[in-house]
Amino acid sequence: MTEYAQTASLVVARRRASGRGWAAAAWGALGVLAVAVVWELYKFLGPAEGVTIGQVEGQTGSGVMILPRTHDRAMPHIWSMIIRLGEPTSGGSTPPLFVTVAQAALVTLGMAAVGWLIGVAVGALLGLVMQRWKLLEWGLLPWVVVSQIVPLIAFAPVVNAIGNQIDRSGTPWPQWLSVAVIASYLAFFPIAVGVLRGLEAPDRIHVDLMRSYAAGYWATLLRLRLPASVPHLLPALRLAAANAVLGAVVAEVSIGMRGGIGRMLIQLAGQASSDPAAPWGPMFGSIALGLIAAGSVALIGLGLKNYRRGEANT
Amino acid sequence: MSTAGPGATRLAQWLRVASPIGVGVLMLVAWALYVEFGNAPRMLPSPIAVGEEFGLRWGIIWDDMVITATNALIGLTVGAILAVVLAGLAAAWRPIDGMLAPLVAALAVIPIVAITPILNTMFGASSQFGRQAVAMIAAFIPVFVNVLRGLRQTKPVHRDLMRASAASSGQTFRMLTLPTAMPYLMTGLRVAASLAVIAALVAEYFGGPSDGIGTSIATYAKSGRAALAWAYVGGGILIGLVFFLITAFLERLVARHAPG
Amino acid sequence: MTADLAVKAAGVGKVFDTKAGDVIALTGVDLEVRAGEFVSLIGPSGCGKSTLLRLIADLDEATSGELTIFGKPARRARIDQDYGIAFQQAGLLPWRTVGANIALPLELHKVAKAEREARVAELAELVGLTEFVDRYPDQLSGGMQQRVAIARALAARPKLLLMDEPFGALDEMTREYLQSELTRIATETGAAVVFVTHSIPEAVFLSDRVVVMSPRPGRITDVIEIGLGEVRDESLRENPVYFEKVTAVREALHGVKVERANER
Repeated sequence: MTEYAQTASLVVARRRASGRGWAAAAWGALGVLAVAVVWELYKFLGPAEGVTIGQVEGQTGSGVMILPRTHDRAMPHIWSMIIRLGEPTSGGSTPPLFVTVAQAALVTLGMAAVGWLIGVAVGALLGLVMQRWKLLEWGLLPWVVVSQIVPLIAFAPVVNAIGNQIDRSGTPWPQWLSVAVIASYLAFFPIAVGVLRGLEAPDRIHVDLMRSYAAGYWATLLRLRLPASVPHLLPALRLAAANAVLGAVVAEVSIGMRGGIGRMLIQLAGQASSDPAAPWGPMFGSIALGLIAAGSVALIGLGLKNYRRGEANT
Repeated sequence: MSTAGPGATRLAQWLRVASPIGVGVLMLVAWALYVEFGNAPRMLPSPIAVGEEFGLRWGIIWDDMVITATNALIGLTVGAILAVVLAGLAAAWRPIDGMLAPLVAALAVIPIVAITPILNTMFGASSQFGRQAVAMIAAFIPVFVNVLRGLRQTKPVHRDLMRASAASSGQTFRMLTLPTAMPYLMTGLRVAASLAVIAALVAEYFGGPSDGIGTSIATYAKSGRAALAWAYVGGGILIGLVFFLITAFLERLVARHAPG
Repeated sequence: MTADLAVKAAGVGKVFDTKAGDVIALTGVDLEVRAGEFVSLIGPSGCGKSTLLRLIADLDEATSGELTIFGKPARRARIDQDYGIAFQQAGLLPWRTVGANIALPLELHKVAKAEREARVAELAELVGLTEFVDRYPDQLSGGMQQRVAIARALAARPKLLLMDEPFGALDEMTREYLQSELTRIATETGAAVVFVTHSIPEAVFLSDRVVVMSPRPGRITDVIEIGLGEVRDESLRENPVYFEKVTAVREALHGVKVERANER
């Protein structure tokens, strides 16, 4: 996952270095346009029932469909998706779809933000102690890594069940807190690793210099290690934000919480046969959600420009 | 750390192996004791109970493991192939890079699993395709990013050498660019393997056929069979570990004489 | 007539167009290197010595003037593999063994396997690395890596050797050792050498002629005949004639007569 972080920072750095932000944006828009064109082109040219390979004659449901069905129920036109955003959510006088989507996205964003904060706190603490005591790094880091390579997010339903039980036993435990906890579980990892790597980032000569000043642990941390960790920290924070959003969406779906964008997506997808363009509303909503979360964290980086002079910009 | 002589080095090496095991045992014991003597929630069974359930229900857990692992494997394979091809195109042709880079950067931060219900609509709800496609997209991103970076890592001195040796562009690709990118591909694969497993599993929460590890965890957690739900979590962990260990081994193999 | 010349440059210039505007890296370079001759290019950084070498190697193209290698255009000479090249970094491919690295240029030009192996053995012997052909570059010291790079440069039996500060990153002792080795190899193979360096003693010790260059814009300001003869061994480093030539090159570099402490 740290590779991810480097990626994001590389993409950003490359764009900044080239100093042609507008050109990059134009290319990106062209890319989105290309995707839209492919969608419509395939919808126009492709067979209505999709392309299935390995199908046994006369036996429905056999074989593997490798290209989707193209009729309007499976693949609505892009303009119908957009038009649908302006129409009432579920008929009658309900508010337009985009308003409902925005509300649901805000609910999820709120839970993701709480999860992000918990994850940052826990991750930063872990990173700090792992950097301070080598023995703790050896003991904890493998488990921190293992926690991410195994799909422990699978226990989201279990976390919710535990939360409900705590709630019943007297201590208030709202459902959104379960979602936030699950989101924080995905968010803490990049932070822990980013803090550890960042605090170990200073050059040997700088550490030696601090030692020659007889600076203690805290002085070294404050004057050297923290500032030097910024280039590692920013991508970690951004990645943690993306992970927190993913965690929140998955959590609300897997535990069946209402009000968020994930749940809304499932609900509208269930009615897709009668209203095929509707699920694309929350779909676009979750895309926007991810971009907003990662983007707002990226803003933090703007304020820390001076700490990023050494950052690779190739 | 290990400058105090061979004795200290051996101690350090020993601690390096022992401390994670120690932490693991400590966590297990704390968990077991908490369940045994503390006021543990009912949904948190003791690790012993989970282990027993795992042994007892191994048959059905294995069946679901196969389904989830197959989805992840298909997603990983197809996603990786697609990523290598597109990264090759992007490295060779700037406009492709220009169009793909922002899309991939966006893909990396949006919750891709959310697309599962829509894919299920497009391909039919009885199809595993939605899950495989989500695993594919999840695997695609790190492989694409790493391979693209790897294809650009050739050093100027090596490029000069190839030019000075009058190597053809095909030869340069085969003898310089490709070997340079190999370790990056392997790193991408290692990251992608874990992501593919997680994506395939999580996608099961978003509908589709009622099989697989994720579906079972959700079902048994809802019906209160805590130990079985945790045993299924164990099954998911097993898949993730196998995927990780295989790809990490491949990475180690290729990285032996990696540049830099 | 011109075929006797390994390198012939007439009015060669090179302009890089950067974002900050055009930068004149080289201007009006006239240089002739005879077959079998050892010529060093020396000068402060930015004098264009490496640029000139890259032009000869056709790694960059001259923006003006005429440049021929053995009477052919530089591009043709590169494709015909008339020269071998070594850089400041050894530039060995880390996934290839020493032997496979030496064989790289031969492999690129479809030399048969048996012949390749024979040539690799011969070259490994020449640079004294016979026991190391199966090692990987990361198992070698910097000096050994550089010897592999020299062997690789010699693989296709070129009549011209281009070297861009090949010993620049090495320690002084390894450096002197490799200098002696290089003069031996150059004599044995009879190849002409164009050698870029910023070390005055190195240039004098190795060369038949030292070409002194100067920056802003990069150009040749002086050419000094060394004339120390064929044999270059360690005793030469103590020879008064050697010191005289070192002083001559230093004066040419500084553009004035250098005052000596005992003459003041």
